[in-house]
Amino acid sequence: MALAFDEYGRPFIILKEQDQKTRLRGIEAQKANISAGKAVARILRTSLGPKGMDKILQSPDGDVTITNDGATILEQMDVDNQIAKLMVELSRSQDYEIGDGTTGVVVMAGALLEQAERLLERGIHPIRVAEGYEMASRIAVEHLEHISKKFDFEATNIEPLVQTCMTTLSSKIVNRCKRHLAEISVKAVLSVADLDRKDVNLDMIKVEGKVGGKLEDTELIYGITVDKDMSHPQMPKQIEDAKIAILTCPFEPPKPKTKHKVDIDTVEKFQTLRLQEQKYFDDMVQKCKDVGATLVICQWGFDDEANHLLMHRNLPAVRWVGGVELELIAIATGGRIVPRFQELTPEKLGRAGLVREKSFGTTKDKMLYIEHCANSRAVTIFIRGGNKMMIEETKRSIHDALCVARNLIRNNSIVYGGGSAEISCSIAVEAAADKYPGVEQYAIRAFADALDSVPMALAENSGLQPIETLSAVKSQQIKENNPHYGIDCNDVGTNDMRQQDVFETLIGKQQQILLATQVVKMILKIDDVISPSDY
Amino acid sequence: MAIERILKDDASEEKGERARMASFVGAIAITDLVKTTLGPKGMDKILQSTGRGQAVTVTNDGATILKSLHIDNPAAKVLIDISKVQDDEVGDGTTSVVVLAGELLREAEKLVAAKIHPMTIISGYRMAAECGRNALLQRVVDNKENAEKFKLDLMKIAMTTLSSKILSQDKVHFAQLAVDAVMRLKGSTNLEAIQIIKKPGGSLKDSFLDEGFILDKKIGLGQPKRIENAKILVANTAMDTDKVKIYGARVRVDSMSKVAEIEGAEKEKMREKVQKIIAHGINCFVNRQLIYNFPEELFADAGVLAIEHADFDGIERLALVTGGEIASTFDNPESVKLGHCKLIEEIMIGEDKLIHFSGVEMGQACTIVLRGASHHVLDEAERSLHDALCVLSQTVNDTRVVLGGGWPEMVMAKAVDELARQTPGKKSHAIEAFSRALVAIPTIIADNAGLDSADLVAQLRAEHHKEGCNAGIDVISGSVGDMAELGISESFKVKQAVLLSATEAAEMILRVDEIITCAPRKREDRM
Repeated sequence: MALAFDEYGRPFIILKEQDQKTRLRGIEAQKANISAGKAVARILRTSLGPKGMDKILQSPDGDVTITNDGATILEQMDVDNQIAKLMVELSRSQDYEIGDGTTGVVVMAGALLEQAERLLERGIHPIRVAEGYEMASRIAVEHLEHISKKFDFEATNIEPLVQTCMTTLSSKIVNRCKRHLAEISVKAVLSVADLDRKDVNLDMIKVEGKVGGKLEDTELIYGITVDKDMSHPQMPKQIEDAKIAILTCPFEPPKPKTKHKVDIDTVEKFQTLRLQEQKYFDDMVQKCKDVGATLVICQWGFDDEANHLLMHRNLPAVRWVGGVELELIAIATGGRIVPRFQELTPEKLGRAGLVREKSFGTTKDKMLYIEHCANSRAVTIFIRGGNKMMIEETKRSIHDALCVARNLIRNNSIVYGGGSAEISCSIAVEAAADKYPGVEQYAIRAFADALDSVPMALAENSGLQPIETLSAVKSQQIKENNPHYGIDCNDVGTNDMRQQDVFETLIGKQQQILLATQVVKMILKIDDVISPSDY
Repeated sequence: MAIERILKDDASEEKGERARMASFVGAIAITDLVKTTLGPKGMDKILQSTGRGQAVTVTNDGATILKSLHIDNPAAKVLIDISKVQDDEVGDGTTSVVVLAGELLREAEKLVAAKIHPMTIISGYRMAAECGRNALLQRVVDNKENAEKFKLDLMKIAMTTLSSKILSQDKVHFAQLAVDAVMRLKGSTNLEAIQIIKKPGGSLKDSFLDEGFILDKKIGLGQPKRIENAKILVANTAMDTDKVKIYGARVRVDSMSKVAEIEGAEKEKMREKVQKIIAHGINCFVNRQLIYNFPEELFADAGVLAIEHADFDGIERLALVTGGEIASTFDNPESVKLGHCKLIEEIMIGEDKLIHFSGVEMGQACTIVLRGASHHVLDEAERSLHDALCVLSQTVNDTRVVLGGGWPEMVMAKAVDELARQTPGKKSHAIEAFSRALVAIPTIIADNAGLDSADLVAQLRAEHHKEGCNAGIDVISGSVGDMAELGISESFKVKQAVLLSATEAAEMILRVDEIITCAPRKREDRM
């Protein structure tokens, strides 16, 4: 433990309470960190690719999640080790940036760490290794740019986009109806996309799920759904050309915030008060009616009498709508949220082409659909599925697919999947290594080896002979100078990924390599770990 | 150097073979638990809750049993979930789906032990499930065109479903009840319109279907007990002391005479309200809230039948059935829609008085009154009837019907076996395993009935080798019989759901190669 002496030979303490802390330094620290990072990567390795396996995760409350989404697995894993937490962060940032490839990035980082360990054993300084990795990653990213293809699609021809989303979905449990889900995702993204500015606001796509029905019943709604029903069972279930008043004040007698008392001491007063109360309810409903609203959506509850009056005046109403949904409705219908009855004006009403109530299955569940809104850019993907686990997993898969579609709209360059891009990069990096003088050369070669580990894991998970398959594909790529050969995971019979229509976005792949390299560099630079020892 | 711990202290991680073993063991344990309830001679289970009162349930409904279990094994949770879904979707076959999934996993375990990769097993299972479904599709009977025959089909399905339940003694009677009730729905699947009232006493045979609507309430004192051509106002309004709702109002008086005045005014207000209600020209008034004695007396004076405190569902259903609207204000009598029915009368069931609305406008609704010796019997009877109703209402929409008694499993097994022989590669082992899992179902049915399953299933297999055979297990006589003659049928939709969701669940569990259990949340020690 760190113990320093002053000029008179007296020991003094540098760290506070240093007896209670454990400390690892130098090569020890690096090795411990690397082994932790590798352990995380090893967990995810088997989930990679279309034939990847799932994990069961049991939360502290006993709920079960079954998934093979890398980000989700890591998030729910209850990790304690600092370096492992870095890996979790890594997968999360890939999720935020790109939305897909969260497993791949961790596997890549794990492979880089594994290679680094060997170099360290040979006595190469970690900083040199980090620098070599940095150079190699630059070569790889450039090479990716070089082999990427521009990818053509229009709003009318969505087939290529659908194909890409299908590649993403095929590794998930929902691959039974991946075609259907891929189409939904692409349509959803296209309807909120701004094709001229190449921008997509994913916030405008709401993903909702309800247990029941089959996965095939999942649908895309051009509008908003609210998990509520009309306040009175006999109000009309369908309203066309609705003008919507969005209120945040209750249909109830006023409750002034100052403390007050109304004293009743004569019969007359009692009667006037009664009349006033009736008039008050009448006024509220009348105000809504006067501005021309045909549907009232309210954040609060209604009094029984007000409810009946609304029903009576033929003014359908929805109560207890949550704040977030209220805002979404306001955005979608172009209306304004009105906090007081006095402030209702016709301009503040939202507009929707069709509002309808829909009931599900044999149970009594009902939902409200608000469709054909003034601002048609808000859409909802409504997922149905056998059970809660399935719906949650579908939500995650749809999110991945949406992100992929968005990335393609932002930047329509693609590279081919199935490990072909990694193999091609590996060849390029290997070739470039010889040009660098100095120790970095070894690090660059190690990087090339690490790149091979992704296709290797793919082959392993698909039940193929990993080394045999990889070397065959590699020699084929070099021989025919064609970067489209990858691992034939689905046993289709060809390993030309162009024929199989398996591709990924260029930025996704580049981001994977860059992020993995960065994190590995960060881990390599740590040479001292001070942590409170177990107590 | 030793790898440091990655996970938190109490968290555990199981990998590869061990993880798979844990899920197999869990799933198979669940299957063995519900296995004995399968089939017409299946046994029941007693479930005792840990909650207060230690309520006891006696049932052989798979979904109900599984719902009440507290399980820690994740794979077992998946199975419980599919049984729940089966219950929500088609209502019946909740045991079969768990048993089939369990058998599939049992077979998969052997294959995994023989070093076949789970993914290969999954793709084999998928092919087999698809093939089995197609084989079944070719043999379905669809009597949509012929109403008479279709009704007979429904009757057979209802009897088959009920025969494994407590109602099997009177299955003809109950099948008739269920079919009649479902036929009234005219194709809608809204089972809300069928009301089930349970009254202990009498025997199960005394249960009956009523075409009207029965409200489990009493008629107010001194009011007519029988009204013909009733005009009904359904309301949700306070009929006790109509409070002033403006916040902060209170009565402050300085003399007794004032109190009397105010009381008078209050009474006057109530009287006015009652007057307004009566002015609608009604002779029956149903309110969701309480009706105090004073207004009740006023109603009695006017010869109006007043029913108080009908629950919320009752009100909505009544409004739906009689075609009236639920009112809360009474100022515009001309625009309020009133409900109508031909006759309201008080009837006695056992010792209880109920109010019976007959000749209602909407013909869809009906009420089934269940009678039985004890609450447990009634609860189980309700569950059984609910199963039958669900299956029937689904069958009305999807009119395809298959035979029962293990026939569909044998048909599928034969087709799947055929497929296994034609498929090259390791998948054929998985396909063969699928067929073995299918045959396990008739085997279990025979075992539960105390028959020699090995002998019967072998006979059955031989019979099925002939084209167009209708053979299945006749549990009553203990031999192989012609299912078409015996009239044992099942809904195709149920069978299909069983096949598909069992395969899906088995797939989900097979795909897992790692289980990570987080540290259980620390609970405050309250002891």
